[in-house]
Amino acid sequence: MSTDKTVAVPLPTADGAPPDAGRPEPRTDSHARGWHGMGWGFVVKLVLMALINAVGIAVAWAAWDVGSWGVLIGIVLLTAVADWIYFSRRRLPGKYLYPGLAFLLVFQLFTMLYTVYVATTNYGTGHNSTQAQAVDGLLIQNERAVDDAPTYPLTIVERDGQLGFAVVDAAGQPLLGTAEEPLAPVPDATTDGERVTAVPGWEVVDRPRLLGDQSLQQEVLALRVPASDAADAGSIRTREGTRATVYRSTLEWDPEARTMTDTDSGVVYSPSDDGRFVSPDGAALPVGWRVGVGFENFVRAFTDSNYAAPFWRITAWTFGFAFLTVATSFLLGLAMALVFNDARVRGRSVLRTLFILPYAFPAFLSALLWRGMLNSNPDYGIINDLFFFGARIEWLTDPWLAKVAILGVNLWLSFPYWFLVCTGALQSLPEDLTEAARIDGAGRWRVFQSITLPLLLVATTPLLIASFAFNFNNFVIIYLLTEGGPRFRDTSATLGHTDILITMIYQISGVAGGRADYGLASALSIIVFLVVGAISAVAFRRTRKLEEIL
Amino acid sequence: MRTAAIPVAAVATLALLTACGGGGETPEATPTDTATEPAMTGSITVWVDENREPAVAAAAETFEQETGVTVELVQKNFEDIRADFLAQVPTGEGPDITIGAHDWLGSFIVNGVVNSVDLGAKADEFEDVAIEAFTYDGQLYGLPYALETVALIRNTELAPDPAPATFDEMIEVGREAGTKLPFVINTNGTTGDAYTYYPFQTSFGAPVFVQNEDGSYTNELGMGGDEGQAFAEWLSENGMDGEGLFSTDWTYDIANQEFADGNAPFTVAGPWAIETLTAGGVDVAVEPIPSAGGETAAPFVGVQGFYLSAQSENALVATDFLTNYVATPEAMRALHDADPRIPAMSSVAEDVSEDPVIAGFLAASQNGTPMPSIPEMGDVWQHWNSAESAIISGKGAPQRAWDKMLSDLEGAIGG
Repeated sequence: MSTDKTVAVPLPTADGAPPDAGRPEPRTDSHARGWHGMGWGFVVKLVLMALINAVGIAVAWAAWDVGSWGVLIGIVLLTAVADWIYFSRRRLPGKYLYPGLAFLLVFQLFTMLYTVYVATTNYGTGHNSTQAQAVDGLLIQNERAVDDAPTYPLTIVERDGQLGFAVVDAAGQPLLGTAEEPLAPVPDATTDGERVTAVPGWEVVDRPRLLGDQSLQQEVLALRVPASDAADAGSIRTREGTRATVYRSTLEWDPEARTMTDTDSGVVYSPSDDGRFVSPDGAALPVGWRVGVGFENFVRAFTDSNYAAPFWRITAWTFGFAFLTVATSFLLGLAMALVFNDARVRGRSVLRTLFILPYAFPAFLSALLWRGMLNSNPDYGIINDLFFFGARIEWLTDPWLAKVAILGVNLWLSFPYWFLVCTGALQSLPEDLTEAARIDGAGRWRVFQSITLPLLLVATTPLLIASFAFNFNNFVIIYLLTEGGPRFRDTSATLGHTDILITMIYQISGVAGGRADYGLASALSIIVFLVVGAISAVAFRRTRKLEEIL
Repeated sequence: MRTAAIPVAAVATLALLTACGGGGETPEATPTDTATEPAMTGSITVWVDENREPAVAAAAETFEQETGVTVELVQKNFEDIRADFLAQVPTGEGPDITIGAHDWLGSFIVNGVVNSVDLGAKADEFEDVAIEAFTYDGQLYGLPYALETVALIRNTELAPDPAPATFDEMIEVGREAGTKLPFVINTNGTTGDAYTYYPFQTSFGAPVFVQNEDGSYTNELGMGGDEGQAFAEWLSENGMDGEGLFSTDWTYDIANQEFADGNAPFTVAGPWAIETLTAGGVDVAVEPIPSAGGETAAPFVGVQGFYLSAQSENALVATDFLTNYVATPEAMRALHDADPRIPAMSSVAEDVSEDPVIAGFLAASQNGTPMPSIPEMGDVWQHWNSAESAIISGKGAPQRAWDKMLSDLEGAIGG
């Protein structure tokens, strides 16, 4: 409550403090700044700002609750800056830029920084979380029910804040024990034949109380009552509060030394630099944790024999694919646009609509349909059946044909876009320029080459660059059409001839199954980002030159 | 302007106070499902997919009435659960319980996100293969509820007699039927489908990983040696450059369509495909898969069940829900009715096996072995599928392609 007052109260004061100092006439004041006559702007603004503050405070509160300090600091800063900008008299550009900047920070910059962070860790299968959680996991996995151990009906009892387990053994004898005291007979306990109902001096913890009290549940789950005086007899524990069984743990965690000890063999496992518990002879426990590895992932992307050779081939095909697919679809779209821009073509509007259809289908659907149509068996694959006289052509299994198939399908999917863009651009070109050129005696080709195309390129080059960047990461078409196949036969990595960098990253990330290596996948995606970023920057610079020439 | 400042201050403060009051409700809702305050009634979160949701909701209702604990069901895509569970359990945002497939267990183990489950004597009420599937290194880590496996599906009109015991005899029957194909099987197109072909592989005595006496898998590959080579040779002989009994042209849809159209009297498929296969009015019988290599053809059995999070703050309540409210014949029956798979609880399986299709799949599953859940299994599929696809299509010489697969796998598993 106090936070919002400190935000709210100084604002009007700040507003009123320098009333006359170089301020413009009140009449020129925006209607959003105060209540002037019939202006509703100020009310709208207050409502909006109140909403923004409410959301900010709600998020901050939730972040405080779960202890996410980064989120807390971030949201408090964002909210405070929003208040400062919108209640301040100056900061006019800030008022326009702030929403965009805030979303950029939250959705782009944060993701990128997090990717950079992951790239410097060994996050992946076996290194999934923190050391504390790895310890939890290992202790769970190495505490087992003793073979043929009986299951006892359990009653949880309490005395002076100390919990105990009261059970009835196979002979019907009531037993009681605590964390320090091993199970021992309590002859004066009352039983109902199955379980203990009362023990003198102890209070029975009933079920509603147990189910309603989370910290009590934790204590009950953590309680181990030694089964007997013998050290290796194991101890009684319960999993759900009504039954107890004898368990034995073979691993012991030493929080001081931060080591794990195998109580059977006496082997001590100490934490290693790569985030695992390792014994002196090199054996490691299965669960590890996430640690920083610096630039190792970047080095591996270029040097690991499994990835290095495919990496360069995949990079080459990624460039080839992105360039060719943009070039072919642009040229086809342009050609179509030129043809249909000619007034002599009849039924232009109908034809134009038809040609835009492939663009209207969802790419997912089209890609899957094409995959079926490209089946090499002419009985199933309509392409071979209709266009290649029923010949058996291995569209998706031959390395080169698979590339052709991808370019072809992507051409079919994306030329309507260029058709639309070019048609629009052509129609906006000034007629008098071409007319003047014709009067000067320029031929059709000459007009196109010197007038139409350069003017068209001014409008379309930024789109061409954007399309290149998009296709550089065109995951959907590759994944749905060929899944990257056919596979490379000369490497062990599960990568193929039509994989592009983004599908390679997906493969390595292990999201789909198999061994995950998020660190390496993040490092690779940063490399891809740098490449796409560099190309786009250079290309846009060149576009500007293009405009200057004209 | 100066006079305006006072109402401005009042309105702004009032608005912000209201905003604070309004915003306060959202965070207040959060503590009830986190650990910050000892709520009088607890709450557990269960991830469940669309199909199973109503059945779990029914079990949850009984639990809520008897214990006062709220069960919050979160509906998720089944395919997303594995990765989400791995990512969210460590952050504390994960569920207390999730539905899942048993072959995820290996990665859950090495990532330390799963808790063990103690069914005690109740474990005997389940099919052995189901308990075996959720057991890792001698310890149970989930509550199984359903099985699934592939079996031989026969078109009873084209092949009226019970299926023969060997692959060759079955093909003979298939040829006599005079249909376009004697037999059709999903090869997943050029990707390859080692899962569907696996019963034939095991009939040559070449399991994917070597098994211990108790049926658990070691991480030593079992596909090498003469047995594996014999299977590779057999795939090649019957492949597209040989007899033409297998083809990489057959995707899941194409194989099902050919069978449903009556173009093949036999196919190998799972219960999930029965609806498609019989949609065209074909009557089917479900039988164990014939042996190709002389030994029993053992398909993979997939088991579905419930996992408990290692980081659950409500582990006691969650375990209570699983072992005392879901592991009951009534709840298991409800799960079967919601999503008809083979029940993992024996008594329920018997109840529902009046349906001959389910009885057929149950019989086939009793021949089968659980799909390995060891973490290495995730690395095997792609190499394995593509080697089989290469051999069937004739692109790879059987010996060489199989050996390359084995050496790639050694590399992937060892590294």
